[in-house]
Amino acid sequence: MNPAKIFLAAFLVNNIILLRYIGLCPFFGVSTRFSTSFGMGMAVVFVMMMATFVTFALYHLLLIPLNLLFLRTAVFILVIAALVQFVEMFLKKSFRALYSAMGIYLPLITTNCAILATTFLVIDYRYNLFQAMVFALGTSLGFTFVILIFSALREKLEYAPISPAFRGYAIAFIAAALVSLGFLGFIGLFGLSL
Amino acid sequence: MSGDLIIRAISILGGLGFLMAIILVLAHSKLRVETDERLVQVINALPGANCGACGFPGCGAFAEKVVKGEVSPFGCPVANDEMREKIAEILGVESEGKEREIAVLICQGGKENCPRKFKFVGRKDCHTVSRFFSGDKECVYACVGYGSCVAVCPFGAIRMGEDELPIIDEEKCTGCGICVKECPQKVLKLIPKTKLVYLACVSQDKGREVREVCKVGCFACGICIKVCPTNALKMVGNLPEMDFNLCTDCGICVHKCPTKSYVDRAKARPYAMISTACDGCGECVKVCQFNAIEGEPKSRHKVIVDKCIGCGECFKVCPIKAITMVGALGYVYGRPTT
Repeated sequence: MNPAKIFLAAFLVNNIILLRYIGLCPFFGVSTRFSTSFGMGMAVVFVMMMATFVTFALYHLLLIPLNLLFLRTAVFILVIAALVQFVEMFLKKSFRALYSAMGIYLPLITTNCAILATTFLVIDYRYNLFQAMVFALGTSLGFTFVILIFSALREKLEYAPISPAFRGYAIAFIAAALVSLGFLGFIGLFGLSL
Repeated sequence: MSGDLIIRAISILGGLGFLMAIILVLAHSKLRVETDERLVQVINALPGANCGACGFPGCGAFAEKVVKGEVSPFGCPVANDEMREKIAEILGVESEGKEREIAVLICQGGKENCPRKFKFVGRKDCHTVSRFFSGDKECVYACVGYGSCVAVCPFGAIRMGEDELPIIDEEKCTGCGICVKECPQKVLKLIPKTKLVYLACVSQDKGREVREVCKVGCFACGICIKVCPTNALKMVGNLPEMDFNLCTDCGICVHKCPTKSYVDRAKARPYAMISTACDGCGECVKVCQFNAIEGEPKSRHKVIVDKCIGCGECFKVCPIKAITMVGALGYVYGRPTT
């Protein structure tokens, strides 16, 4: 599959939040404000790209030759956690501005299922390294795109006349479901399917 | 499962874990960022309520700014004197005293006194209601009573009362001022904690206009200005403005106000008592605005306790100091004035 199609599929047609329903915790937890959502999105892009790269390398260079495919889950989680810790320390020291921008979200999304899902999917889809990176970029940008849209929606919802029983998360879930229905419209775009 | 596979699995997983641990330990020491140890000390000295009254997102953020020197260490309105001393000590600066303040509602237009002029159907929130014709109360300056202040108080010090006006718990209120900023009708104000008397009305109207909409609204009659013994009141616009430095909380305005627009926070007031040393000169009778002293000239005068409001004017003028203020345990009589 050509990179453009991989990207588009990851970004829209197979959107990780609205169509795969993976990584919903930070999506609902952080999307109450537009500014915090942006920080979250950036952190996800950053971590997802790095995690995909490292775990892909580890899988093909270590686990396959040693015939230890079943250790995939444990090894990936271990590596991603350690990697994010390391990167956080590095950023705090060398790129203070970037660290402040992403701040608390970096450790928060360490073992978020969206990250792990992406690392698994690139292996299941049998992508090469370049395709894997494109997929990771598309997925993380898809996450960011959706969380930004949703945070704008939620800020508006705060002033809407919603019945007390539905205020807060209840209406957020219903809204997300409706947006997800909307995204179903992307299926079939350029021949891409769910 | 072959033993060889198990050994390989364990060694790879263990090895990877060990390797990561070593890398992280090295990274921690090599990539350590110098954080000011005072930062942790200041954070511990702060109240830790994370209320945001200082204008920063949480005590941590405020502490950071203080340690960097970008903000005054006394910028936390919630810290008590002990905490301020501590913070000043950590940073090596002189401690500044600050008057403790509390929030008060400067409106008495509740359900009973100021009715609603229309029924609002929609999100019942002070901000939204306040935007429609300045609120749904007859008086456009009144508190609308939908509880935005209750919701926003980080210390849970406000609750909605029976008459649809917020009640502020004086013990819990820290004077952070968040409710004051939140109120869209601007009927919450910070006053010094020791201030007992204040005008609870913000109506800019006068005369009949006010009387028509609220039973307890100030209609700018000016009586309080005339009766204040220290000239602490001055008419500004259609409201008496109080000079807190001159006001002694005597309470005369509270009783003389025809609409009961003033609020007296004192739980109890003392009353005057004339001792047998009284020579009947009658100076006290001249200053008493409530006709609470009776007596023949040249003979011992007596205070009519029911009429006495405890303002202390007679106490001030008695030439032989025969009058004392009694009763009201815990009442601090006569706030020191400059």
